[in-house]
Parts: sequence; structure tokens; C-alpha cells
Amino acid sequence: MSELNQKAVALYGNNFLKEVTERVEDGEWVSMCMQCGVCAGSCPLGPHWEHSPQKIFRMIMAGKRDEVLTSDSMWMCTSCYSCIVRCPRKLPITHIMHGLAHYANRLDVAPKGQPTRELARVFWNNLIKTGRVNELKFSLAVYFKDGFSQGIKNLLSMQVIALGLMKAKRLNPMEIIGGHKCKDVGGIQKMLAKAQEIEARRQIS
Amino acid sequence: MAEMKTAAYICSGCGLGDKLDVPQLAKIAQKEGKMALVREHGFLCNAEGVQMIRDDIEKEEVTHICIAACSRRAKTDAFSFPTVAMTRANLREGVVWVVAEGTEHDEVRQEMADDYVRMACAELKKAKLPAGNPNHTHLKNLMVVGGGMSGMTAAFEAAEAGYEVILVEKQASLGGWAGKLWKRVPFKAPYAEPQETGASELAARVGSHPLIKVHLNTTVAETSGAPGRFAIKLAQESGSLTEVSVGAIVQATGFATYDINKLPELGGGLDHVVDHAGLEALAKASNGGAIKRHDGKEVKSVVFLQCAGQRDEKHLPYCSGHCCATSIKQAMYFKDANPEVSTVVVYDDLRVPGMGEDFYRSAQHKGVVFAKGKASKVETSGNGCRVNYRDLILDADNVIEADLVVLATGQVPSSGVDIAAWDKVTKEAEGGSEEAKQQKSELKSISILNLTYRQGPDIPKLKYGFADSHFICFPYETQRTGIYTAGPVRRPMDILQATEDATGAALKAIQAAENASLGRAAHPRAGDLSFPNVRLEGCTQCKRCTVECPFGAIDEDEKRFPLFNEQRCRRCGTCMGACPVRVISFENYSVDTVGSQIKAIEIPDEFSDKPRILVLACENDAYPALDMAGLSRIVYSAFVRIIPVRCLGSVNTIWITDALNSGYDGVMMMGCKKGDEYQCHFVKGSELAGYRMSKIGDTLTGMGLEPERVSTFEVAITDNQKVAGLINDYVAQLVEMGPSPMKGFG
Repeated sequence: MSELNQKAVALYGNNFLKEVTERVEDGEWVSMCMQCGVCAGSCPLGPHWEHSPQKIFRMIMAGKRDEVLTSDSMWMCTSCYSCIVRCPRKLPITHIMHGLAHYANRLDVAPKGQPTRELARVFWNNLIKTGRVNELKFSLAVYFKDGFSQGIKNLLSMQVIALGLMKAKRLNPMEIIGGHKCKDVGGIQKMLAKAQEIEARRQIS
Repeated sequence: MAEMKTAAYICSGCGLGDKLDVPQLAKIAQKEGKMALVREHGFLCNAEGVQMIRDDIEKEEVTHICIAACSRRAKTDAFSFPTVAMTRANLREGVVWVVAEGTEHDEVRQEMADDYVRMACAELKKAKLPAGNPNHTHLKNLMVVGGGMSGMTAAFEAAEAGYEVILVEKQASLGGWAGKLWKRVPFKAPYAEPQETGASELAARVGSHPLIKVHLNTTVAETSGAPGRFAIKLAQESGSLTEVSVGAIVQATGFATYDINKLPELGGGLDHVVDHAGLEALAKASNGGAIKRHDGKEVKSVVFLQCAGQRDEKHLPYCSGHCCATSIKQAMYFKDANPEVSTVVVYDDLRVPGMGEDFYRSAQHKGVVFAKGKASKVETSGNGCRVNYRDLILDADNVIEADLVVLATGQVPSSGVDIAAWDKVTKEAEGGSEEAKQQKSELKSISILNLTYRQGPDIPKLKYGFADSHFICFPYETQRTGIYTAGPVRRPMDILQATEDATGAALKAIQAAENASLGRAAHPRAGDLSFPNVRLEGCTQCKRCTVECPFGAIDEDEKRFPLFNEQRCRRCGTCMGACPVRVISFENYSVDTVGSQIKAIEIPDEFSDKPRILVLACENDAYPALDMAGLSRIVYSAFVRIIPVRCLGSVNTIWITDALNSGYDGVMMMGCKKGDEYQCHFVKGSELAGYRMSKIGDTLTGMGLEPERVSTFEVAITDNQKVAGLINDYVAQLVEMGPSPMKGFG
């Protein structure tokens, strides 16, 4: 269990609703859910989730901390915003889902190897280096995330597309060394550091 | 009264003149209808037309007028001549608007109009101007039984309207349940916080009102009489009796809470399980501070179980309506004193009518948790309770530990004696059963009004023991004229609804007393001055009228003749329909007024292919539906002749046999829905009609007629589309059956 997670458990005990209210971005909305189920019915990915937003909210209220934080549901959200549009209580459901995902990630209890989570992590690590997404490195990192031999297989299956992209000058193999940057990498990194500092203030001390 | 002088007025406005041969109608009124005076007018309901009628009444001394124009339900303001008897021939809604367009239908259309004029003239000659009930009284004060929120409101509102009130309360103080509450569910914007009940303020205002006399520690020992002359005996706890007389009564006896000991599976009877009333007592004791249990422990976690013993066939099958909001309010008691207290409401359906949604939201803001689920078992656990429930969202069993469990039990009406049970033991007691006599006196001991009516000592119950008469048509009204119920004795409700209800009931009671003092009927024939007359010399003492009167208006005198309490009568005519020797009549509605209409029409012979069908339509629902069909220009068969009746219960079987004897091919009776969900304005009129007609089948067979020639139909006031279909289908059925063999013998 991560240190942060231990601290949270010590602080909130069984009162997971309070924890979500205070620690999760937009989490204060959860208690306003009236369990009508419109979000669950509106979600285009509904059948593919472990728990619908309605169930996630109910689980939070029922104090099912581990089940919620380890659920893959928040990670399956495609941000289509159907639920927000339709929620009769005007809950920012999509945002709450992202907030929960972020919180689970920070506590390091989110499901390991969950594809969306992995993709997001790779994307983020790629982005913060130069302030720009290096598409070549990003693709390679995604292909090789499940090991070397799987990476080669992925590469081979995509080679026709890669060659096509190169021919059309949409993919530069030279990007593998360094790659182009944004104008002020230092500035971007300072900005991110500041954001992290603000974020840390909300964390459990 | 002066000599009868008749006059007929035939209108040719609203297209009547274009589609009908008005001079021919005038001729019929004169020759066949034998009207002394016949006038045509192009626009009878305008000022000039009305003035013409007024002039005739004044100068020509006309005493009876027949208006052949629109439906009797239309233009009632213009055609209001209170000094003369009046009939109306419905040529507009009943003929030109419903008979198919086109010259090929001219003949049947004219025949229909001719017949309606004949019928109105025939009826007119038998009708008298109602003189009003001569036995009227002048008592206009009210008695309100019950000093809770409903009773106090009814008393206060009536007194504010200028009527004297006698308020009777069994307990030693006013206030009822409301007085026992810590706070009440909010009734003012922003509907977010529990509010003061206001019960003690209202009690103070009621107590000091100059027009209200409060009797505490008092019950009603006897109620006799009728609207305008109720004679009441009030019994004080000390045993002394006081006699008072009142014009009308409001019964606001409220409810009792359902006994939680009947809910052992939900922990009823355990130490730390209470109902709403129990929690109010705890909250009142804490006086705004942290709520403590009976053993003095401060409550840190509480679970509310909704629908405890409610919406459950084993307990109360209905929803009491207020409990969701009440639990929300009580959860707030905890949250307001200490936001750290865990409050969970386990509900099946959260029902917060009115502005309750705002209140619900406010509770969610305060951190009250709502769990959709069903509790299966509540048991003692350590120093508290364990609630086992099925979470209906997660579809999983769940457990909550709590210091206190609150059961949201329902309202059981305090409506006194169950009249059905009373009837049963009365019959058995008459048979000599000692046990039944014992049961009867036990029943009598719980009676609230102790009515001396032949139908039993209390107000009849509609459903689940609630003393109501009809859900839709007349709120407050009971099946005992002049006695109105208000508040949770009528149906489950909260304080806000009860206060509105009480205000309404007070106004209805005032109306009843006022109408009685003028010798007029109460709703739905409000203002009707006619009342039942009985020719006692013809009476065979069969008691059908006394038994069948839905309002207990008819008693028996010492010689066992019917004795009418006219003020209790609602003028439905059920007694008239019941009377086998036809001695009961109203001045403007009798066996004769309808019978002569039936006989007045011209029956074409069996070779003409023109069947004639008599339609007896209830004036409350079916007749307006037929008018509405006309208004929407829905076409139906021109072979029907429609006569409005006060209620199907007033249909005397002689009309049916007369009609069939005179050659009608069939009789349609249109009444209201019967059974448990009845919509009959007079409770069981259509049911009685159905019952009586079921007995007529043998007579028809004896006459060589198919039993289908007499049929009853249920028509609601909104059935304007359906009613035309019913008529057309029935006419088609009769055409297939062929003409009545009775034709030509009439």
C-alpha cells in the first residue's frame, strides 16, 4: 500500500464518501446523486464497464473504497459527456470519473496494466519531456509496453502504415534522436512544477 | 299555485333553422304537445329572446316552459327562470351536431328533433316547480371533531368565515400529533430546513377565538339528525353530558401510528428501534442538542428504514405519503446537531411530493446518505443494532451498524367502526347470537360519531379504513350528507395537505349548512330545491328505499313507513328507482316525468327499418359526454332517444318495461364505473341499476324478447369519443337482431 493510501485510510476510515468529497476533484457532487440511473442508461460504453457511474456513486456512498478505487470503470470513460448532458441533478459525471481515476492513480491503487491508464501514462511521460508529443517515440512506447517480442509483432503488423506515413512525410524516422521541441521547454516544465505544487497542497499532509 | 299554463319556445339559431323544419316543430309542440303558447325565435338565448320569455311569464302568466334549443347543460345563465317549471329539448348537441350531414339524413334528423320536442312537452306537463324542502332549519354552526392540525385549522377557518364552531377533542389539550413534533417538514421557500410546527400558536388562536368553543377531554356520545339540525350529545371525561345542536360536522380525527411490535423482523420491540413518533419524542427531549437514546447514549449513527410495514399486503398495503419527507427531516435533526453523525435512509422508492424534492436535495447537501434497498432483518448488535439489507442498486447484501434504527411506519386512520363489520354483527345479533351482541357493543365502544343512523354509528370507509367517499369527484364529502372528513382520516397525508384539506372541508360544511337552511340539496345537485315525496297510502313497507338509500336519508317511523330526513338527501332518486309500487317522486323528476317522455315518441312500424333505442344517460357523466360528443361533431346514430337521469340508481324498471312494450327495439343505460373503484356520484347507483337489470332478464324472456335488448354501459365524463362508438355498435347489434316483436302492440 502506498504511503498516501495509508494516510488516507488512517484519516477517513470507513467514511469513503467524505474522502471522495474532500480529496477527489468534483467529488463533492457525489452525495447529490439520486440514483435515477440515467447516466448508466446513457453511457455508450455501459455494457463494457464493470460498474456504471450510478453504481460507482452508490458504492462510494456505501463505503466500498477498494472496489471503487480498483475499478476499471473510470478508465473506460471516453468523455463523450452524454451523462453530464442528461443528469437531472446536473452532476459533472465525466469530470467526477476523471477525478476518481486521477485519485486512484495517485494512490497507486488503480488497476495495473489497464490499457487506458497505460496509454495515458505513456502519453504524459512523452509530452512533458519536450512540451510536444513525439509521435514516433509515443507509438514505439505503446507497441513495446507488453514486452519486446510483442513489440516486434506490433511493429510488423503496422509496417505498411508506417512506410505510407513516411512516404507522405507524416513520419520522420529522425525523430528517434531527440526530436523537435517546443520553443520554451524550461517554461513548460516550470509551469508543470507549479501545477504540481498547487496539487500537493490538496494532498494529505 | 295558479292554473298551469304551458309555453314552448323553439330556437332556430346555431344552425337549427338551417337543418330542421322549425315550423313543423312548432306545430308538433302545439298539436301533439298541447302547448298553450308556442313561439319561434331566431336567437332565443340573446337578451331579446330571454326578455320575450320573461314577458310571457309576467303578462301571459305562463307557469311551465319548454325550451327547444340547446342541451340543458348549455346557456343555463340565460335560461334561468326560477319561478316556473322548465324542460329543455336538446336540439343542438342532441340532434343537429350529432346526426350525419347531408340531405339524405334530413328525414331521420327531423324525426329525432320532433321526438325531442314531444318528449320535452310530455315531461313539462308532469313536472312541477320545486318548492324547496319545507322542513328546513336555521342552524349554521359547525362541530369539528378532533383538535389536531386538521381540526384546529377547520375550526379556525370556519370561525374566520363567521361561523360558530364547537371543537371537540378527546385529549386534555389541542395539538394532536403536530403538537408532539419537534419540527415539521418545511412548507415555505426555500424548503431546505425543518420548520417550527406552529401547532401551539394555532391552538392559542383557536382557544381565544370568540366564535370557537373548545371542549377538551370530550367525546361524541351521540349524533342524530341531519344537516341543519344535528343533535349532538357530548360526553365529558367526568361523565357529564352536554347537548348541542349544529348545522354540519367536520370529522378530523386523524390517525394512529402503525404498531411497530407487528414488525419484529425490522426490529420492532427492540430497545434501540423506534418509529417516527418515538424519534420526535427523543428530538424534543434533546431540545436542539445532540439526540440521545433512551439509555442516555448519544446517537452517532442512525438508519431510517422506509416503508416499514407499508406498501406491504401483510401490513398496510398503501403508501402514507409523508414518511419519506419525515425521515429526511429527522435525519436533519441529527445532521444539524452534529454533522459527523452517520445518517442513512434505506428506501425502496423515495417519494417526496410537492416541494419535497428541494428538501431531499438539502438533506443530500448535509450529507444524509440515501440507499435504495430493502431491509431484511434488524437485530441487536453490541450496544446498537445491525441492519441487514439488500442493496437494490448494487444487487448485493449489505450490513450497516447503527446506534439507533428508525422505522418509517404508516398512518392508520382513526375512523371508528368498520361499517361492513357492523352490518355483519348487527344481522347476527338480530338473529339472537349473544356473541354478536357482545361484539356489537365492543364495536360501538370505538365509535367516533356514534351516529344514530340505520347504516351504523360511523362514516363508511372507502378503502383501507379511510373515511372517504370518492377520490376524484368530491373530496371531503363522505357518504353521510353534512358530515365532512378532513386530514389523515380521509387519506394518508402530511401537515400541509391536512391544513389545506381542513380548509376545504370547513367550506364544504358551511355550504351544507347554508343549503340545508334554504331547503336545498348539497353537491352534486347543489341548489336543487326538489326533494323526495312519498305517497304513504300506497307504500307496502318493503323497506327497499330505506335499505338502498346510499346516504342513510331514510329511516322508518314507528309504523314502519319510510321517514325521510330530507336534509340528508342528495336527490339522486335511488329510492325512486327502488320503489316497486312507485310511490316516491320528486316534483320535477318522477316515474311519470320520465315515463311520459318514453311514451311520447313516435315509433315507426317494423317495416320502416328505423329502430328506436332508448338511452337513459346519467346526468353526471354520460350525458355531459354525449354533449361533448356533439360539441366535437362526433356522429352517432339518429335512432337513439336520450333521456338524462339523475343517476342510474333512479331508473325504475317500469320505464324499461314501458319502453319495450311501446315498441322500442332496445334500451341502453349509461352510468358510471361501479365496483371498488367506483365513480358513481351517488356511491352505488350504477351498481344497483346493474343488479336490478340482471333481474329483468327473465321478464324479457317472458315477453318473448332477447335479454340483450336491455344493456348497461359504463361511461366516464371524458368518454365523448367512446360513447358514439357504444351507441353505433349497439344500434348495429339491434339491427342485426331485427325489430322488436312488441312493435305495434303499444
